Amino acid sequence: MAHNVWIVLQHRDGKLARVSREALAAGQKLASALGVEAEAVLLGSGIGELAGEVAGGAALAAVHVADHELLASYTPGAYIGALQGALAAARPSFTVFPHNYQAVDMMARLAQELGAGLLPEVLAFETNGDGDVGGLVWTRPILGGKMVSKVRVRGTDPMIVSVQSGAFPADEMVPGSAPVRDLAFDPDAVVPDREILAVESVGGDQVDLSKADIIVAVGRGIGGEDKMQPIHDLAAALGADIAASRPVIDNGWLPRDRQIGSSGQTVAPKLYIAAAISGAIQHVVGMKGSRTVVAINKDANAPIFNLAQYGIVGDVHEILPALTEAVKAAKG
Amino acid sequence: MRVAVCLKQVPDTEARLRVGKDGKWINEEGLPFVINESDEYALEEAQRLAETAGDGEVVVFSLGPDRAQEALRKALAKGAARAVLLSDPAFEGGDAIATGRALAAAIRHEGDFDLVITGSQSDDVGFGGTGSVVAGELGWPHVWLVMGVELEDGGTARVTREMESGMNEIVRVELPAVLEIQAGINHPRYAALKGIMQAKRKPLDRRSPADLGLDPGQVGGSGSRLEILSVGFPDSGEGAQMLEGSPEEVARQLVDKLQREARVL
Repeated sequence: MAHNVWIVLQHRDGKLARVSREALAAGQKLASALGVEAEAVLLGSGIGELAGEVAGGAALAAVHVADHELLASYTPGAYIGALQGALAAARPSFTVFPHNYQAVDMMARLAQELGAGLLPEVLAFETNGDGDVGGLVWTRPILGGKMVSKVRVRGTDPMIVSVQSGAFPADEMVPGSAPVRDLAFDPDAVVPDREILAVESVGGDQVDLSKADIIVAVGRGIGGEDKMQPIHDLAAALGADIAASRPVIDNGWLPRDRQIGSSGQTVAPKLYIAAAISGAIQHVVGMKGSRTVVAINKDANAPIFNLAQYGIVGDVHEILPALTEAVKAAKG
Repeated sequence: MRVAVCLKQVPDTEARLRVGKDGKWINEEGLPFVINESDEYALEEAQRLAETAGDGEVVVFSLGPDRAQEALRKALAKGAARAVLLSDPAFEGGDAIATGRALAAAIRHEGDFDLVITGSQSDDVGFGGTGSVVAGELGWPHVWLVMGVELEDGGTARVTREMESGMNEIVRVELPAVLEIQAGINHPRYAALKGIMQAKRKPLDRRSPADLGLDPGQVGGSGSRLEILSVGFPDSGEGAQMLEGSPEEVARQLVDKLQREARVL
């Protein structure tokens, strides 16, 4: 028989991160599929008010709160130390995290401490309806999102799961209320294993792409620093800003303040032209708010075509110059 | 300073991918394999740190089938001193926990290290947790998505860790530690001809679960909680309107649609 589902929430500046509301929606859906209840966990310092908001807003069996000064900033040692006692005692069938950097940093080690299994970055699950843990079929991306795998969990021991951003819409969270409880943890186990010295911006004087109307973005498939001219030409014809996916930046073909995605900027232009970008999720999270997306890629299976409105399969070095000419012609 | 590097050989993600016969993994026949991208950066960072320390030694580890020795030879050609391949049918099909457990045992078996350096995530299955599990097994701190490392006097390292939204966090950890490197931290070197020749004579040892004192049931597929049922291409959803024709034709169609249909030009 399945145990309850726990959801570990993340917050910043006293507010729940959007991905946490998605994790709540996912956890509730999972609990309902297994015929159990969902419970949430909040870790931090001075988070009483936030705990009250969560407890007043979501249908949960409980909101467990660990409020401790050593939890004011995230360190894996302190956070795992605070979580592991309660999770070892309650043995939730699934502990759900939003799939972001903080979760990935800690979940493998948390699973290891608990003797639990690890199932990161899920996009969806299906159920055979009998509430059995092994009856769930999970979908997760592989090979940079170019393919997906369907997996099943063996056994009934606890699992640590993270849900991909955007996979479980936050507005499907079931509203309701829940009692607030203190999370039982051993303060001696809350031991930061790193000293936080500073937090700083990567880009320094950043180019702000968030207000751009039109963006021409380029991926590794362009082929090299010396092959970027067609991108510059198209951007000039359109009056667009130039941006890139991570590998272009890592290779030094464009400066880091041109990077779009989870570790770069988030943009929402009216037109986003993705040239030779496959559409890995780390890039997509930074541009999926764009109004119209055009994808140009030699691989017809590239995931970018799934979210584009217009797609062209072909060599960017043939398509881009033609497109530049067509734009110039249209503009007269 | 002794530095262990864990690297994985993965399919070239630019290659054309097909579903394999049993439907449970991709067809690897004829597929090019490369060193996982972030692991290339990890190797470079390990070499840089070992060189800075002066008397450094870099030992590379990989868990994988026979073909993975090509990745190890390449690392030896770039300057690593020795290589260890965890190659045994019992190691195959493991998740991050089973693989991390095996790698940690292999590292421990090779003696004391000051650092273990890995990539942050594999480009094939992408769990992003193997290095953290190695750290857990060894009882060391870990830092994931590392974008900078400075060794300090007194047995600590000042580590830059990537956060979301263009921010970095600078942290100090005590050594020994596991650092999981993010792509882009440095500029990986190429193997020189001399290095390629030398690599042929450098030791590449193979280890089985028994060599490492591991129960075969704890590693590989039998030590993992997930069973892959199938792999495939993502549902295309509504998908894009695909434009076809010569480059000039598709360019004209696109501009027309952006003006009249999407009204964004």
